[in-house]
Amino acid sequence: MTDIAEITVEDMVIDFPVGGGLFKKQYLRAANGVSLTLRAGEALAIVGESGSGKSTCARAIARINMPTSGTIRVDGAEITAPGFRQSQRDYAAKVQMIFQDPFGSLNPVHTIRHHLARPIRIHAPELSATQVDERIIATLERVGLSPAAQTADKFPYELSGGQRQRVAIARALAVGARFILADEPISMLDVSIRLGILNLMDDMKRDGIGFMYITHDIATARYFAERTAVMYVGHMVEWGDSDSVTQSPRHPYTQLLISAVPEAGIRKTRERKAKKAEIPMRTPESRGCPFAGRCLKVMDQCHADMPPITKLEEDHYVRCHLY
Amino acid sequence: MGLAGESGCGKSTFAFAITRMHNAPALISEGEILFEGRDVLKMSDRDLRAFRWKETAMVFQSAMNALNPVITIGEQLIDVIFAHQNISRDAAWARGEELLETVGISKSRMTSYAHQLSGGMRQRVVIAIALVLRPKLIIMDEPTTALDVVVEREIMDELQDLKDRYGFAILFISHDLGLMGEICDRIGIMYAGNLVEMGVSEQVLERPRHPYTKGLVGSFPTIHGPKKRLHGIPGNPVNLLDLPQGCNFQARCTSCFAPCATTEPALEAVADRPPHFAACHLMNADAKATA
Repeated sequence: MTDIAEITVEDMVIDFPVGGGLFKKQYLRAANGVSLTLRAGEALAIVGESGSGKSTCARAIARINMPTSGTIRVDGAEITAPGFRQSQRDYAAKVQMIFQDPFGSLNPVHTIRHHLARPIRIHAPELSATQVDERIIATLERVGLSPAAQTADKFPYELSGGQRQRVAIARALAVGARFILADEPISMLDVSIRLGILNLMDDMKRDGIGFMYITHDIATARYFAERTAVMYVGHMVEWGDSDSVTQSPRHPYTQLLISAVPEAGIRKTRERKAKKAEIPMRTPESRGCPFAGRCLKVMDQCHADMPPITKLEEDHYVRCHLY
Repeated sequence: MGLAGESGCGKSTFAFAITRMHNAPALISEGEILFEGRDVLKMSDRDLRAFRWKETAMVFQSAMNALNPVITIGEQLIDVIFAHQNISRDAAWARGEELLETVGISKSRMTSYAHQLSGGMRQRVVIAIALVLRPKLIIMDEPTTALDVVVEREIMDELQDLKDRYGFAILFISHDLGLMGEICDRIGIMYAGNLVEMGVSEQVLERPRHPYTKGLVGSFPTIHGPKKRLHGIPGNPVNLLDLPQGCNFQARCTSCFAPCATTEPALEAVADRPPHFAACHLMNADAKATA
C-alpha cells in the first residue's frame, strides 16, 4: 500500500444498540452526518465534551467499529464498501491510534522493546532480527527517548506518564503509520510535560504524518491543529481553520466552550452562555438541532430541523439556523 | 489560596496533613499546623472530630466516587448533620434540601441515588455536604479535573458565589494554573515536596521568579492572543526516593548554576508588598548583581 495522502469521511452515521426488546431494538445515535477530511502533514482537532462522539468517529476511521451508514475513503478508495480488499493489517500499518491512558495501553509484564518489536514483526516480517532492533532504536530516538538502548530494556512501570505516551507514539511510528488518531493523548499527563508531547507531534507533522487530535481542551487544539471541528452530541456544529473557529466562534456551543476556558488573571464575567440542561441522548428518531435545549438563541425552527451547513468564509463552516 | 504543582509533588499530602488524615506510615515529622491559634497536631481525637467538618471540610479529587452508591443523596447529607448537631430528622431533612438548592440542584434530588446524577451534579452534592456545618475552610483537592470544561465553569462560578456569600476560605489544589489564576487570591507552587514559590496570584503568574513556575506558566497554550511555540519543561519529574543534593529542580532547570548542585535554596522574600516568596539561588545572584 502506498502512502495515503488523505482520509475522507462523508456523512457518517453510527448507531449503537442500547437495549429495547427482541423485536423493537433501541438505538443511540453516536455520530450523525459527520464529514471530515484528514490530510497528510496536517492536524485536525476534534473538540467536544464527553459523550459528544469524538472517540467513536476516530474508532470508526481506525476500523475498530463500523459506521451504520456513510463512507470512509482513503485516497478515493472506499474502505467501508463490502468488497474493499485492503486487509485490516495493511490498513492498520498506515492508520494507528493512540489512547488517552498511557498507563493502561502498555502491558506491564513486557519490556518497551517487546512493545515495539511485535508490531514491527507483524507488519514487516521480512526484516531480520538486527533490522528490527535497529528500527526500534531509531524510533525511540525519534520520539525523544534517549538513550534508546537503555529505554528499550525498561518495563513500563519504570517510565513516567510522558515517557509512556512517547512509547505509544513510537509504536505507531514503528510500523510506518501515516495517520495517527490521537484520542486525548495528553489529558492524563502532567501539565509540565504535556507540551513536550504536543511539540513532538507537531514535529512529526513536518515529516508528513497526519493527525486527528481528539481533545476537550480547545486551547491546545488551537495550538497544535491547523483545523478544528467542534462536535456536540454526535454532530459537527462548527469547523474550519483553527484560528477562525477559536477567534471568531459563530455557533452558540462553540462560544460557550470558549468562554469556559480558564485564563489566568482574567476573572470571567458571569454572563450566562447557555441554559442549564443535561446533554440530550440522540436516537435515530431525534429531530432538530441537538443544542436546541440549551441554546439561548433558540428559535422554533431549531426544534424541528437540523440546520444545514453554512459556509461563513473560506474554510469556516457552521450548522446553525442563525446563519 | 491555591496550591499548584504536578503529580507527586506533595500537594494532596499537604492537604491531608492539615486535617490530620494521613495514614501510617506517613508521619508529620516536624512543624506545627495552627488553626486560629490551636495546633491541629496536638488536638485530641474528640477535638479533631469537631475540627473536621465544623472548621474545615474537604472535597476530594474523585468526588464523583465519594458518594455511597446504595444510600440516597438525602441520607448522606443528613448523616453529616446528625453526626454534629442534635436536631430532629425533619429539621435535618429541610436543611439538606436547602443545601442542595444552594448548590443549584433541585430538592427533589434528595431521594436520588448517586448513579442517577451526572458527574457535575455529584460534584455539587459533595460540595453541599462540605457546606453542611458552614466550615471556615474548605480544602478542594482537584475538584473539577474529571469534569468537562463547561460543567467545570459552572461549578467554579457557583463556588465563587458561595465563597462571597458565606465567607469561607478555600484551599484549592490543582495543576491547572489558568483556573487557579481566576479563583485564587494567592498561589503557592510546589515541586518535589517543597514550596518553591508563593505570592499573590497576579504576581506569581505574571512575574514568576522560580524557573519551575516560569515553565509551568509557559506550559499553557492560550485561547486568545498570539500563537507561538511554547516549550514546557524539559525532562521528567524527579524521583522522590532519589533526590539530588542541592536544589530538587536542578536536572530540569535551564538556568542552573554552581550553587544549585550543593545547597538547597530557602524560601525567601522577593518583594514585601505584595508578599512574594521564592526558593531559588538565582534571586540571590540577581540581588548581588544589582547591589
